[in-house]
Amino acid sequence: MTKTALTTFFILLMAVSAVQAQTEMADTMRANGKIYVVVVVLATIFAGIFAYLVYIDRKISKLEKEQ
Amino acid sequence: MQKFSILRMRKWWWKIASAVLVVYTIVAGFLMPVPRLDILNETIRNLYFHVPMWFTMLVLFTGAFVYSIKYLRTGDLMSDICASQLTYTGILFSVLGMLTGMEWGQYTWGAAWSNDPKQLCTAILMLIYFAYSILRSGLRDDEKRAKISAVYNVFAFAMVVPLIFVLPRMVDSLHPGNGGNPAFAKYDLDSGMRMVFWPANAGWILLGVWIATLNIRLGFIRYKRESVL
Repeated sequence: MTKTALTTFFILLMAVSAVQAQTEMADTMRANGKIYVVVVVLATIFAGIFAYLVYIDRKISKLEKEQ
Repeated sequence: MQKFSILRMRKWWWKIASAVLVVYTIVAGFLMPVPRLDILNETIRNLYFHVPMWFTMLVLFTGAFVYSIKYLRTGDLMSDICASQLTYTGILFSVLGMLTGMEWGQYTWGAAWSNDPKQLCTAILMLIYFAYSILRSGLRDDEKRAKISAVYNVFAFAMVVPLIFVLPRMVDSLHPGNGGNPAFAKYDLDSGMRMVFWPANAGWILLGVWIATLNIRLGFIRYKRESVL
């Protein structure tokens, strides 16, 4: 019994150290899907900037026509 | 006014293309797999956003250089407006590139400013172009301002090449591709990153040119109003 427990413990320890040996990346964040929130936020900001640029562009076109 | 090729870019398709490319950069830049590198970790994704600022700045300054020479050849004030607005928009992108670089450096190199040769050279370059805008604002006469700033711009652009492409490569630097550091080509070898990196550059360059054309068109309107009065 103790032998099995010890083996399990060491296997777990090895697994943990193997995980830690890997370079840390935001894998869980991407796996959970939370990173999509960041993508959506950034895409929203950029959509706002794009819409504003379109607005200015059309305004300038109007000014050009007035002259 | 139509003879200015930059204004023939009043079409919409390339502006929409810039938006599509930048949105693609944001989505793919965050979600596509990247190489696992120590220290850099996920910040390697900054490559998709920090480097295009400098590429855009270079394109805008190159355009300003071309229009400065055009002004010196023709003496047409419209070329001067193009050159100055391209330079101002380029300055905006250089500031964005510098700030994003400092933010990135804070968490990977340990300090926002580490006197890295590339940081120093781009800082000098930015000061040269800041001086351009101060020089212009100090001159009232249109012709004089156009001529002096066009000559200054040619010399300023002549400094771009040694400051960005030559000097940082001659000394050790923290930037990739300099001194003993892994080259830029190492990232390029990762075809996954290349699929995001080049569209990112194209998208941001188009966006920068768009902003510059808006400024140029405003400059034309302002000039016409002043000459009517």
